[in-house]
Amino acid sequence: MAAPNVLGIIYSNVYDDCLSELTSVRTMGSVPFAGRYRLIDFVLSSMVNSGIAKVGISTKANYQSLMDHIGSGKSWDLSRKRDGLTILPPFNLTGSGGVYKNRLEALGGMLSYIADSGKDYVLLSDCNVVCNLDYEAIVDEHIKSGADITVAYKRGMVPKLENIMTFALDGDRITNVTVGQAGDTAGDYSLNIIVMSRILLERLVSSAQGQGYDNFERDIIAKNVSSLYIRGHKIDTYAKTVESLQSYYDISMGLLTGEYKELFAKDHPVYTKVRDDMPAIYGVCADAKNSLVADGCIIKGTVENCILFRGVQIAEGAVVKNSIIMQDSFISSGAKINCAILDKNVVIKPGRELSGAESYPIYIGKNITV
Amino acid sequence: MVKKTECLAMLLAGGQGSRLGILTKNIAKPAVPYGGKYRIIDFPLSNCINSGIETVGVLTQYQPLELNDYIGNGGPWDLDRSYGGVHILSPYQQIKGTEWYKGTANAIYQNINFIDRYNPEYVAVLSGDHIYKMDYNKMLEYHKAKDAACTIAMLEVPWEEASRFGLMFVNDDGSISEFEEKPKNPKSNKASMGVYIFTWSKLRQYLIDDENNPDSGNDFGHDVIPAMHSKGERMFAFKFDGYWKDVGTIDSLWEANLDLLNPKVDLDLSDDSWRIYSRNPIAPPHFISAKAKVENSMVGEGCYIEGDVDYSILFSNVTIEEGATVRYSIIMPGTTVKAGAVVEYAIVAENAVIDEKAHVGESPEEIASLDAWGVTVIGEKVTIGKGATVKAKEMVDTDVKGEE
Repeated sequence: MAAPNVLGIIYSNVYDDCLSELTSVRTMGSVPFAGRYRLIDFVLSSMVNSGIAKVGISTKANYQSLMDHIGSGKSWDLSRKRDGLTILPPFNLTGSGGVYKNRLEALGGMLSYIADSGKDYVLLSDCNVVCNLDYEAIVDEHIKSGADITVAYKRGMVPKLENIMTFALDGDRITNVTVGQAGDTAGDYSLNIIVMSRILLERLVSSAQGQGYDNFERDIIAKNVSSLYIRGHKIDTYAKTVESLQSYYDISMGLLTGEYKELFAKDHPVYTKVRDDMPAIYGVCADAKNSLVADGCIIKGTVENCILFRGVQIAEGAVVKNSIIMQDSFISSGAKINCAILDKNVVIKPGRELSGAESYPIYIGKNITV
Repeated sequence: MVKKTECLAMLLAGGQGSRLGILTKNIAKPAVPYGGKYRIIDFPLSNCINSGIETVGVLTQYQPLELNDYIGNGGPWDLDRSYGGVHILSPYQQIKGTEWYKGTANAIYQNINFIDRYNPEYVAVLSGDHIYKMDYNKMLEYHKAKDAACTIAMLEVPWEEASRFGLMFVNDDGSISEFEEKPKNPKSNKASMGVYIFTWSKLRQYLIDDENNPDSGNDFGHDVIPAMHSKGERMFAFKFDGYWKDVGTIDSLWEANLDLLNPKVDLDLSDDSWRIYSRNPIAPPHFISAKAKVENSMVGEGCYIEGDVDYSILFSNVTIEEGATVRYSIIMPGTTVKAGAVVEYAIVAENAVIDEKAHVGESPEEIASLDAWGVTVIGEKVTIGKGATVKAKEMVDTDVKGEE
């Protein structure tokens, strides 16, 4: 039961660039996912379900939608007098000349928050990994093993992300770290869920700052593989890294092929902001197959292999296949849509046809009328 | 300066709803699930907050545990306030002894102290077990404009149903000339909806007088309203013409649920300007499998559907397995209908299991006389065994063994 003694830090902005379409008006953390969630919900819920009660969310830009979503943290039971949730706006460090540019500067800007937390351990996480994990087990094993730093990793195709770490391991000890990976290779890659003691984190960050370092992965993790015991924690359960719009589409569609039950385990609820929609309504001629449908939807047409977010309306005679339709979008009668990602509040006029390919879904931005 | 409470609402939620049988065995009628995610009390509570009434007393008596738990601090309805908000008012011990709420008027009488703390000008007395969307503020404006002591919300009902209601005769200016409580041969079809607004100073006195009258049944409809009328108080009827339903019986609960699937029924739950708030289930969006067929139905969050669903309401976390059929039915949260089972014309309460190939309910066409037909009810946590049959109109609250 170490979790109450852990401070959770979430980077809401890291890797925004790899999903530039969806993050042009929001942070990675507030990217809509799985019909009613934002990506940050999975990290936050995992933390809460694991007993972590103090969480700081690092922000950089475009975080209005994130603040609107998170509010006081009440939906996650994190609106508290003791501990609770704090949104950490960008901190203008002396000499850094504006908003932070990397993870390390972000940590530097929140050092006093981390120090004041009074927690003995810190768990760092990004938002682009979709998972529903037991962080408490990771922390418990970290303590038991006597490791200085624990990094969760997964074996598989390495995501094409800037500064992604891949590991060579001897048992559970990481012996070599490669930062940045190009091309299609398989390996043990980092999920960027990192645990260490607060004291160590503070020391590493301050000294890195003092030396003018600017790369967390290279200067904090990779450089220390021999001087510190850096442990790898293998994750075998559901954990998917969003690395591009294509992978966002693929991971979403994967939910329709049985991964739904892996991600939404009954004893690990995923919390999100409630909207008080009515339950979904199916009309007389509705024809829905293999789809994930959120509340507030009104379906009168044909829907196949789709993810429909809250409040989506599919009019009679509309045909929507292999697509992700976000909150409050409206598909008029006679419209045909295949392999598309429609952002919030998109209106498709009667009879319009949109068709992408499974390997190249088309994206329609927020509030656009087609 | 603290904002003055102009109008406070007292919500009568102590009723058993005995005609709902096993559905209200462990919960009070206002806590009965309705409409795929709501409970009946969500309607009056949401009406209050949407009408700007921010102080609400909820009077509970019968099986209050689940209701108290559901209302909690009132957060889902924005009624968690440092001043006002929602208060659960249960009967309590007093120096002169302990008394249950003897009637609706006595329930308010016993909480005069609570109301006096907020010192409101007006008090709305509402039923916790009706389904309707109503702007109480408009009614309050009417009450003030008429300088009334009491205003009663009034609905014109079909003549053939009028004898089930408390009826009113209304003059051209809206004032009430006469009352008639559930008459055999109704002469009016203007029914009371059980929604009252009183000028508190007036009501306060009548409640004290009513309590001192040993012959009184301490009921609003039977005692307090007639007493005010006979003393010549200004009493007005406020006309309401939206959807309103008292879900007093199994059949009316079933009907009221299915009303939500009828586009002609004037009860839009997706209306942003008049949201019905509720304690939301924490569940993912529902999943419709490639083999499922869902038509003309309402489906809640967390459902996993692989079978056929037609003309039904599924609450959250319901599982319908492959080859199962659900039609003309209400399935409450957490229930599983297993492969090959059929549920029709039925209400299945929470966390029940309908095992493989069981058959619950009967279509009215299959039954010779319509009187023998009725909605079948399966109680909470009941298991209907493999291949077992439950007939029309039956109410089952213990497990039914299957074959084997």
